[in-house]
Amino acid sequence: MRELRFAVKNTIPIFFTYLFIGIAFGILTVDAGYSVPLSVASALFIYAGSMQLVMIPMMTSGASLISLALMTFFINARHIFYGISFVERFRKMGWRGVYMVLALTDETYSVLCSVQYEPNLDEDRAAFYIALLNHLYWIFGCLVGACAGRLLPFDMTGIDFSATAFFLVVVINQWRQYRTKLPFLTAATCALGFYLLLGKDYFLIPTLLTCLIALLVLRRPIEAKEGREDA
Amino acid sequence: MHETLYAVAAIAVVALVTWGLRAAPFLLFGNRPLPKTMRYLGKALPPAIMTVLVIYCLRNTAFDRSPFGIPELAACALVAVLQIVKRNMYLSIIAGTVCYMVLIRVL
Repeated sequence: MRELRFAVKNTIPIFFTYLFIGIAFGILTVDAGYSVPLSVASALFIYAGSMQLVMIPMMTSGASLISLALMTFFINARHIFYGISFVERFRKMGWRGVYMVLALTDETYSVLCSVQYEPNLDEDRAAFYIALLNHLYWIFGCLVGACAGRLLPFDMTGIDFSATAFFLVVVINQWRQYRTKLPFLTAATCALGFYLLLGKDYFLIPTLLTCLIALLVLRRPIEAKEGREDA
Repeated sequence: MHETLYAVAAIAVVALVTWGLRAAPFLLFGNRPLPKTMRYLGKALPPAIMTVLVIYCLRNTAFDRSPFGIPELAACALVAVLQIVKRNMYLSIIAGTVCYMVLIRVL
């Protein structure tokens, strides 16, 4: 029970983010002529916000399954990098670990990266609840949007900024935790450089790949400050 | 019926590719002990990825026309200052989001 309460406390920002983006997706789905079950099935099985939002207009234009697969690959390729930090941890968690691998979204990844577990807490259980709660928030948002999105009495445009704010908070907390600032500076330089060079639609994957290579090159100075990872 | 089949197939394809991507590091290393390089990356990558994600979230900011990205930049500055000074995640996120929602309406 303590683990569940801890997970609720640490996922409150995600609740608002997912609720709103989920509602936006639900509205889009129903407006495009698809049913409520389709919205919920996407939330349950795909569980990737930006790809779901891209998928609907592609479906209405009758895109082939191959182009859907390719688009998914390019939009979600960043997820490859998320598992790297959790391989050993999730492997030990049995069926819960399998679920956590498949449910590793941007938001869940950042909560798991930044969460400070309280003493005497079953950390694996708490991490599982964090992943599960986020998923439920997302399904709930997609359901509400599909069923009642048009009935909402107020304009919530801009509330999705809460995701940006949350990621920024995580970065600031990491900045405090890490003695070396090289990963932050490398990432910011690569991201801004590729953004200016390639534009907003194409900079993400080259940025992540360049960061990966740069961090391998910078291993010595980074490990000198952070300490070596010995097996 | 054909429509339903297409929708089901579309969801299945998008879901499977997404799952494959999320599972890639796990499939790659199976049950073998993790190489030291991967352990190092597991520690060095998160701050880099999160920094990239912040910039990725801001990618649709229109700096070339009114209001020239002021809502995004001001709201981010507020989040950063609050988080550095007050260290309260909820306060930082709520204040930053409210600030952004107000600015996109008044500017």
